[in-house]
Parts: sequence; C-alpha cells; structure tokens
Amino acid sequence: MSGAPTEARAVPGTGEARRHLIVAIVNNKPGVLNRVASLMRARSFNIESLAVSVTERPDASRMTIAIIGDAVQVEQATKQLYKLIDVLKVQDVTSEAIVEHELALVKVRASVRTRAEVASIAEMHRGRVVDLTDESAIIEVVGEPAEVDRMVELLRGFGIKELVRTGSVVMSRGSGSIEEQVKR
Amino acid sequence: MTQVGHVPGAGSPAADAAERARKEMLRDGRISARNGTRPRIGADVLCEALLLQGVDVIWGYPGGVILPLYDVLSDHPGLRHILVRHEQAAAHAADGYARASGRVGVCLGTSGPGATNLVTGIGTAMLDSVPMVVITGNVPAALLGKDAFQEIDITGITLPMTKHNYLVRNADDIPHAVAEAFHLARSGRPGPVHVDITKDALMGETSAPHPSQSEIEAGLPGYRPKLDGNPRQLKTIAAAIAAAERPMLLVGHGVLIAKAERELLELARLAQIPIAWTLLGIGAVDERDPLAYGYMGMHGWKHVNRAIQTADLLIAVGMRFDDRVTGNVRTYAPHAKIVHIDIDPAEIGKNVVADLPVVGDAQHVLAALIPLVERVDPSRRAGYVAELAGWRAESEGAAWHGSGAWRDGLLSADFVVERIAEGSGHDANLIADVGQNQMWVARYGHFRRANSHLSSGGLGTMGFALPAAMGAAISMPTKVAWAIAGDGGFQMTLQELATIVQERIPVKIALMDNKKLGMIRQWQEIVYGGNYHSEQLAGPDYVKLCEAYGLPAWKVGTPGDVDAAVAAALAVDGPALIWFEIAEKQNVFPMMPAGKGLSDLIDKWGDDGEDVTDGAAGPRPDPSEGASA
Repeated sequence: MSGAPTEARAVPGTGEARRHLIVAIVNNKPGVLNRVASLMRARSFNIESLAVSVTERPDASRMTIAIIGDAVQVEQATKQLYKLIDVLKVQDVTSEAIVEHELALVKVRASVRTRAEVASIAEMHRGRVVDLTDESAIIEVVGEPAEVDRMVELLRGFGIKELVRTGSVVMSRGSGSIEEQVKR
Repeated sequence: MTQVGHVPGAGSPAADAAERARKEMLRDGRISARNGTRPRIGADVLCEALLLQGVDVIWGYPGGVILPLYDVLSDHPGLRHILVRHEQAAAHAADGYARASGRVGVCLGTSGPGATNLVTGIGTAMLDSVPMVVITGNVPAALLGKDAFQEIDITGITLPMTKHNYLVRNADDIPHAVAEAFHLARSGRPGPVHVDITKDALMGETSAPHPSQSEIEAGLPGYRPKLDGNPRQLKTIAAAIAAAERPMLLVGHGVLIAKAERELLELARLAQIPIAWTLLGIGAVDERDPLAYGYMGMHGWKHVNRAIQTADLLIAVGMRFDDRVTGNVRTYAPHAKIVHIDIDPAEIGKNVVADLPVVGDAQHVLAALIPLVERVDPSRRAGYVAELAGWRAESEGAAWHGSGAWRDGLLSADFVVERIAEGSGHDANLIADVGQNQMWVARYGHFRRANSHLSSGGLGTMGFALPAAMGAAISMPTKVAWAIAGDGGFQMTLQELATIVQERIPVKIALMDNKKLGMIRQWQEIVYGGNYHSEQLAGPDYVKLCEAYGLPAWKVGTPGDVDAAVAAALAVDGPALIWFEIAEKQNVFPMMPAGKGLSDLIDKWGDDGEDVTDGAAGPRPDPSEGASA
C-alpha cells in the first residue's frame, strides 16, 4: 500500500480569485443573452460586468464578460458557456495583450462656482462635459476601468447624483480577430 | 460518428433510395387522409419529422393548444401515441424508453400545466444524460406574453434543464427545429431537448422540406462534440497504467452511452485492472467477471470504497465524480493519480482536479488507448488482487441477511431484490425508484447486461420506477421490465396503473412496502438522533387497489413465498404487481454520511454490532457537517 498522503486533494474553486475577461461570440438570436445569464446564475459564477453588442457579422453578437473567480472556476465557466449551442467561440483574454475600455456617464453636482473644477477633473481623465445646468454636469469618460475609477473617486467630493458604466469591452491588440476564427 | 437514424439497413443503397422516396413523398404539399386529401399543416410536418427520426412511440397527454396535433395523429399511423395519466409519467416513460434501448424517447404535452408537469421528468433526463425530445404546444404566437389561458413561459422554465430548447412560431420552421432537436439529443453527451410549438404553427399550412443530416450539422457551428482523445495524452495514460501498482477503473454512464463495454473489458483484462462502477455505470460489465469489483460511493460496497481509498491510479471513464461517489473531495482517494475520460469538457476539473484529463467519447478513447497499453501478467497483480478479494469476502459476508427474513420476521429487502433478479434469469431490466429500494437494487441486482439497470441517479426522482418501466417495456419488448419501488415512490405515480392496463404494457411491479419513507427514517435514525418525523407512510390495500385497476396482484410477507410470487407475476401475459411486505426498520449499509469521506463509512449501527432501530447507540454524525443533503 502507498504511504500516507502528503496533502489533501485539491478542491476546484478554492484557489486565489481574480478578475478575468472573457469574450464570447454568440448567435445573434433572441434569448441567447438569457441563456448565458441563466447559466452564470445557476452555476454561481460571479459576474462583475457583461456587455453585449453587434459585430461585423450580422449573424453573430459579442459578449464581454468580466468574471471573478479562481483559474479553475473561470475555466469551468468558459467550458460551460461553450456547451450552449448558441455560443460559437469563447476566449479568456485576461492575460493577453488587449485594449480594455469602458464608458461612464457621471451626473455630478456642479454650481456655477465649481463647474470649472469639475470640468478640469474630467479633462485630466480624458473625459468631457456633455450636459450642463446651473446645478449639475454630466461627465462622459471613456477609458480603462481603473482610470474611470480614479475620475469617479475625484468627482465624489462634489456629490455624484447618478452614475452609469457600460462595463468593459475588450479587443486583442494586433491583427488577429476572434470573429474571423468563428467557423461558419 | 453520431447516429443518423434508425432506418433498417441504414447506409445500404436500397435503404437510402427508400429513404429518399419517402422524403419526396413527405415533401408533397398535400396529405392523403381519411379518404381524401387535405393541406399539409404544421402538425403533419411534426409527425413526418418524428417518423423520419425513427420514432415509433410518443408518450403524451392532450390539451387545448396541442389538439391540432391530435387531429392529424391518426393520419400518421406509424406513430403510436400512448396516453398516460399525468405528464410527468410521459416524460419518465420517454426517459425509460431511451435508457433501455439507446433510442431517443419522445414525450408530449400541452401548454401551461401540461408543460410544467413534464418538468420533473425533463430534469431527471438532464441529470442522467438521457436522449429525449420533449414536445409541447403553446398558445398562438399572437398571445405569447399575454398571460393567455394555460400560457406559461415554458421555454424559460426548461432552459436550464435541457441541452437546448426551441420556441417555434411558424409551421415552416418545424422540420428544422425537430431534426436539430434529435441530433442534439442523441449526439455528444446526450440529453433532453425541448421543442415548444405555438398552436398557429401547428395549424399553419406549409410546404417546408425536411433538412438532411448534413444540413443540420452545418447549421450548428457552435456544436462539435469531440470524439477522439488527444493521442499524446493517451500515451501518458498508458505510461501511468504501466507504472501503477494499485489501479482501478471507475466506470459511469458514459461507457454505456458510448457502447464501450467491450473496450472497457479489453482494457481491464489487458492491464489486469479491477472495475468499480457508479450507480449509472451498473451493467457496463457483467458482475460475474473476475475483474468486476463492485458498486462505489455513499451506499456502495465497503471493499470498493476501501480499494479506491488505497488505489494509486484511478481511471475514470464517463463518470463525473458526483458527491455521492466521492464524499468529501479533500480526503477522496488520497494516494491516487486521476485519469479522467469524458466527452463533456466541462466535467473535467468540475468536481475533482484530474491529473490526466482526456476529452472524448469513451469508446473512441478506450479503443485508441488499448494498443498503447502494456500487457500486465496477472502474477504481477497477485498480491493486490488477493488483498482486494479478501476485503470483498469480508464486506459481502457482513452485509448478507441469508435467511431472507430480517429481525422483525418480515422480508429482508436485499433478499427480495436477489430473488427477483434470479427468478428473471438475470436478463430482466430492473427499474428502480429512489431511496432505500434504489440502493438495494444497485447492490443486489447482480446485473449482467448493459442497460438492464435503470435508475434516476442525478436528480433522484421518486415516482420514476413505474413510468420509466413502461418506457422500457415498450422499447425493449423482449426483456421483462421490473419496476422496483418503495411505497413512497410508488404512491407518487401509481395513477399509471391505468395506463399499463389500458395499453397492456407488461410491466411487473415489485412494491417494497415498509410502510415508511425508509431512507428518511434511516437518516433520522442515524444522522438526526432518532428524531423521527413524517417518515410513517400509510398506504392502501394494494391487492384491492390492483383489483380496482384490473391487474393481478399478490401479497408476500415470508421468504418462502417470494420465488413463487415472482414466477406467477412473470407468467402473467401483461402487467402484474407483487406487494412485498419488507422489514420496517432495515437500513441500507454501509452508509457514508454527507460531508464525510469514503473512509468514514458506517456499516454497523448500535452496541450489538447490528443495525438497531432506536437511534440511541453509536457515535452520531453531525448533520451540520454535510455540505449537501
């Protein structure tokens, strides 16, 4: 008989959790978003953000899913996604060279006296004022989530009335294309 | 490759030509029916599509929106519709039909409650990878979302428990949806597929043609089941097998689904590897084979679990390391390297971390692995085999109530199961319900043939046995179908007695009546300190019940009468029931309390080393330790 085990068997999903970015190319059909969302809920995957849009191909949509979990969990999520008949391609792009951006709109308190300061904070983060009243301004910013975070943090001092963020969308750098990899 | 259909002589030029001619006829825009012709409507197209897929039987129940289909059913005489008494039974019957034969089962219901009644059966098929196509009617498309009479969002409900589902709103779309549903249901890892069709789609006139198999496959770019294992990985596995001193094969349902029984045995013999099986892997190997070691898991044999805990290599084929198999994963098989072969990539690394994973069909993978594996001389495994044999003799000896009567003088359930198996020549299909009866069937059915054991393993659906046995009796008419159910599960679906009488379905029912919810009682005794609640179960006089329904029945309470009753039931040309009065407080041992490991089996209970019934003795497991039920 073998000797005593040196350590307990590893249990999937108990590793270090971090944020992963997954790109999924899916059939552009009604109900596909529901299938993806239902799967994520049923298997307790922790979604941070989910962005869905059209692609260059009329028959396909693209989802960018930010998910929190350890490597095994996230791999499990991608495999479960792949089992959906309407999912054509899934890729975890977290460790690849990518462009990751999101858009935020921030409605912030801004009086005639403070609006210049608000506008300068926006500009520092490549944001801009897209609506202005005597009491408020809407700042639009596009950039990496961390940059958006920094701007939102600075604006918080003025009083944020409303905040909306799209969640990340990503694209790999270079000439490769996930859309072109999808067979038809 | 994937199955294409069930056309006799499929592949031969003559069969192909006949098939082409048949399809041409089906494409004709008019249906000759009832001494005339009438337009071809969606309901006709649905029937044609089912016939093209080789369907002979559909299990169903009519209702408002599905009536257009019933209006044309008699125009498609190749389809036999069997009217059940509750839609749940239709789903289980389709499931049993599929499990026993490997062919896709079909069930049918109307919208709303008809559809929701199917849900338990769909979930049962999903958890056990059973190929099934579920058809429901829905309200006319214009009424969808309006909370119309008998409208429910049934595709929303079945979405997480089907391999795929469809809502069809147009007659022209029916052929493609149905053909695709069958392809998905039976290929890759099989599962139930649901096609929901609106009433106006069933009634709409259509000239839509039926797609070919290649058209179906071309239309599914996101679905390409991988059949062949990675060759480099197979070499690594062969090396691991060559190096192993204490290897064990763990076989599951995937071996049966892939029809890989022959390859499994060849590999086992080649490298002298004992075989253990999961609940759904029962029958993958003839239990009399010298390498067949036994049933694993929560209520598995102690010797099998012990062997797993001391193995240095586990070769898992078509099984998913369910919690009932592993117990606490941290302490599972602590010395073993794990080879995991499964057609579903998502099973790899889901419950345990595999050291050597292979994605592929069990038959393809094993067939490719065998030539790479070194022959092992039995003498090399002599010590290992002798040790395992010793453990086996010990644990089987301890478990057997040889007289046939338990301590209270009533029948010992394990004895009854053995006599049924023996009396049926070990060739019957035994269809278990859920609970203690299920474990007794698994442990004492002594199976010799693939797909002769049917059991709701994943979902654990009480009420499964009788309706699933109806399906098995119809799909495999040459095999006796025994429904072996406890009094709890039997009372959940006993309305189907009327179905088996009306349709003359020769199901033999073994009712294992302990007047208890036996497994509940067992847990309350052992895990909950004898705090019994809701485990007492009154039932009718089952002989009178059967008399009322019109089928013969016998009541048996002593061991000496068991064989005669089994023989009498088998002699009946049609359905029959035996009411076995079994011991009221017999437990299934061994037992692994939830959350514990395979080394923590309880196989005795009480001070005197026998299972006692007052719950006062023995170290009590902590119910809070179990992460699961």
